[in-house]
Amino acid sequence: MSEFEPNIIGFLCNWCSYAGADLAGTSRMKYPANIKTIRVMCSGRVDPVYILEALKKGADGVLVAGCHPGDCHYQSGNYKANRRMKLLKTMLVELGLEPERVRFEYVSASEGKKYADLILEMTEEIKRLGPNPLKKII
Amino acid sequence: MPKKDSSIQKEKMRISFYWAASCGGCEIAVLDIDEKILDVVAIADILFWPVAIDTKYKDVEEMSDKYIDVCFFNGAIRTEEQEEMAFLLRKKSKILVAFGACAVHGGIPGLANVANKKEVFDVAYIDNPSTDNKDKIVPKTKSKVKEGELTLPEFFDTVKSLDQTVEVDYYLHGCPPTADQIMTAFNAIVEDRLPPKGSVIGPLKSVCDECRFEKTTKKIQKIRRVYEVDKIEEKCLLEQGIICMGPATRGGCNARCLDANMPCTGCGGPTPNSLDQGGKMISSLASILGVEGEEAMSDEEVDTLIREIVDPLGTFYKYTLPTSIINRKVMKE
Ligand code: SF4
Ligand code: SF4
Ligand code: SF4
Ligand code: FES
Repeated sequence: MSEFEPNIIGFLCNWCSYAGADLAGTSRMKYPANIKTIRVMCSGRVDPVYILEALKKGADGVLVAGCHPGDCHYQSGNYKANRRMKLLKTMLVELGLEPERVRFEYVSASEGKKYADLILEMTEEIKRLGPNPLKKII
Repeated sequence: MPKKDSSIQKEKMRISFYWAASCGGCEIAVLDIDEKILDVVAIADILFWPVAIDTKYKDVEEMSDKYIDVCFFNGAIRTEEQEEMAFLLRKKSKILVAFGACAVHGGIPGLANVANKKEVFDVAYIDNPSTDNKDKIVPKTKSKVKEGELTLPEFFDTVKSLDQTVEVDYYLHGCPPTADQIMTAFNAIVEDRLPPKGSVIGPLKSVCDECRFEKTTKKIQKIRRVYEVDKIEEKCLLEQGIICMGPATRGGCNARCLDANMPCTGCGGPTPNSLDQGGKMISSLASILGVEGEEAMSDEEVDTLIREIVDPLGTFYKYTLPTSIINRKVMKE
């Protein structure tokens, strides 16, 4: 059997994290191709419903990345996103899902290396967890 | 208003009521229309209503298809019998109305989707402190007795709403729907001015829009449960730190719980523009919780704040787990 390749959805804020991911690319840093990125204007734009929907449709992991504290271009979107993700995770645990499948991280435009390392680490972690168990029941 | 001469109206209208996985409250809600029940029976014959009149399943089976004009169906679907009745009443009814939160969204019985049949049976028949069942006997679909074989309907692992089982024409939300909503629906049917098929017969507003409490900028620094509050102030409960599902819940009830100084627990289901009541509430609540001084708050402090919300799943999906995006818990094998 071939190795399980996780399908990870990444919502990246336009101003910092997407630029960080871009930098990783233009600097030719290597990281797993398991992440499928979606650019959003701000991490605060990511509705918990998107994450629930991604998980239901079979994503093995979901990453939301935004600007560092103090750097959000809309002032407080990243703080909101952080709290939403924490609350969502406590609920995902009640639904029997591993909270590690869902992550919120700060990645700035200059942190190409951090982004590449993060994707590697997250991919490895989800490989350990195995496929999203919802795929079998929904 | 003059009554239109539709096919439904030529003779007395034929209606039916049925209950599946329900608490009986929806049946009482029908009686809550008080003396208007007389208006109902003046223009309608009630053909089948297990709670109130002595009719049998076979009476329904013997009807020709679409013989019933309107069937009001309350309760969720959790057993084979309820599923069979949903199929049967769908076949025999022109209009099938999902009546009440259980039929519309899965309702309180739908919270059983955090467990499965085995766990539910273990609690109900074995582990319950007031139960004495040394032989661990639980209901079986077939059991042999000396007179022969006895059968019971299967009990499903997952609770479903009515429209996850059969096609539903209209929805009456709420746990239970209010007398006003019931009469609005009934009159709309009689006067032949029903909204498009698939509609919820109810307003597009949220409970907050109907609520009497004054609203200001919402920000809260601490969650309080109702019993921890000595005196409710005359302002939005959410602003007082009490989790109120109003912003994520469809109105139509005139915010009746708020009139009693109690928070909305969400029985109206999601607002019309939202796919998932819990997702919406997570979004709303996390936006206003701990806003003050958020720049200076450490991640641990945020964690502590979030932990104050006890049982988010049971709070945010009290009535809608079976129809939410993730409709049940993943059970460990
Ligand atoms: S909707 Fe509420 S009142 Fe109606 S059956 Fe369900 S729990 Fe009871
Ligand atoms: S949150 Fe609750 S108390 Fe506040 S306005 Fe909405 S319904 Fe009323
Ligand atoms: S206030 Fe909320 S819980 Fe109370 S009846 Fe209205 S929708 Fe239901
Ligand atoms: S703009 Fe980057 S998180 Fe808000």
